Amino acid sequence: MPTKTISASHLSIGFGRHTVVAEIELTTSPGALVVLIGTNGSGKSTFLKTLAGMLAPISGQVTILGDEPGKSPRRVAYLPQHPISSHTLPLRARDVVAMGRFAHLGLFGRETAEDRKISQSSLELTGAIEFADKPLRDLSSGQQQRTHLAQVLTRQAEILLLDEPTAGLDINGRKLVADLIASERARGVTVVMATHELQDADNANTVMLLAQRVVSIGPPDVALRDEYLRECFGFTQPH
Amino acid sequence: MRLALLASILVAITCAIAGTFVVLRGLAFVGDALSHGVLPGIATALIFGVSGIIGAAVGAVVMMSGVNLITRRYKLSGDTAIGLLFVGMLALGVMITSRSSNFEEDLDHILFGETLSVKPNDLLWQSLALVIVLLTGIFARRPFLLMSVDEGLARTSGFNVTLFQNLMLAIVGLTVIASFQTVGTLLVLGMLIAPAATGVLFARRISSMMIIASMIGCIASYAGLLISFHFELAASASIVLVAVSIFAIGAIATEIKRNRNSLQDEMPHQHEHNHAH
Repeated sequence: MPTKTISASHLSIGFGRHTVVAEIELTTSPGALVVLIGTNGSGKSTFLKTLAGMLAPISGQVTILGDEPGKSPRRVAYLPQHPISSHTLPLRARDVVAMGRFAHLGLFGRETAEDRKISQSSLELTGAIEFADKPLRDLSSGQQQRTHLAQVLTRQAEILLLDEPTAGLDINGRKLVADLIASERARGVTVVMATHELQDADNANTVMLLAQRVVSIGPPDVALRDEYLRECFGFTQPH
Repeated sequence: MRLALLASILVAITCAIAGTFVVLRGLAFVGDALSHGVLPGIATALIFGVSGIIGAAVGAVVMMSGVNLITRRYKLSGDTAIGLLFVGMLALGVMITSRSSNFEEDLDHILFGETLSVKPNDLLWQSLALVIVLLTGIFARRPFLLMSVDEGLARTSGFNVTLFQNLMLAIVGLTVIASFQTVGTLLVLGMLIAPAATGVLFARRISSMMIIASMIGCIASYAGLLISFHFELAASASIVLVAVSIFAIGAIATEIKRNRNSLQDEMPHQHEHNHAH
């Protein structure tokens, strides 16, 4: 495993020619947790999409596991913000989770007993096993989110890019996400997570506060100082 | 009549497979545009005595290339580009057909099909189209499925979304081309959408959605032809109307079932409430 999992230098991100955030500097090592915090439109999702290879960088350098973003689909997993484009899809939660193996199977690979075992284990870890045979459209938003988290785990990737993974989850669900992230980090997985919640940053190695620019970056006690929070959100957190 | 039934069944199964992806990806408007975009191609082919299938293929390619050009070059939304070309191609088709000596008859045949005049040669083309659409559906099932959930998922799983999106459009185009002689360019959309939409109501898996859509398409073909024969009604319109009616019945049935289930869910709570008093 390389010592640097993500490396960004003088990176400008955005859509087409429109820059959303400029001059991003970030280096991560295996097992690191990077938390991106900011208001809507601050550039969190744009950064994750750039790391996932869905948006081309405007300028600067960025590498994921030593390669260009998007070149290692088996090693990088991405959880979109609202993954379901249509709630009418006739798919069971189990089928959605099994789709996490498609990056490994490609077009022609046959699903093996090992693939099924990985999917089953992800369903159990996320608690999605309780509703695995129910159609996705009949599930609550929290249950759908658990299903998509299980799909991401099924990828068995070295880097997880999670866009608001706790959205729609209750307290138990949020604790589950925190536990899952901790266990993934324990096996050397780098996690980059976008969130609105300051408490999601508690266990992070690096916090990046975004407001269409990098307001602050560093360990939580540095990046979440009152002056930066005031600059970003207009308020500070209670002490 | 037997040939008409065979042709309708081939069209029904081809439309069920392609229609499943049209419904899941929300491509109904693209399907509509393709079905009208082939009109000038078919009209030109008929005037020059060339096979309508070749004309339809050229029309479909021009239509989709135009949509791609407008969306990429002029940064207009996909539905604006489709809307522009849709009416443009329809108008061009009607203008070309108006040069024909049998204007009304030709236009009628293109738009509403000639179900009862199908020839064995047409069945051969339709069978070939069915095999191609089926094999493409099997080959590309994984990217098609991921794209139906989220394009980003497909891209980050290593699939070329542009390539598979074009492949999906190609099988929709092929389905329209193979079906227009039987149900017409105007009504083919009904066979693409109605059985697949009914499949969504009842299926829990994509494969079962395709099977349900195929069965409904076949039932609609048989029942539509019977109605057309006994009541002397237009064959293709009868088939499509039966397919849409099956959707309506299915939608009402699922609504009743849903209401009954929610009522049953509420009953135990009411029971508990009464006991508490």
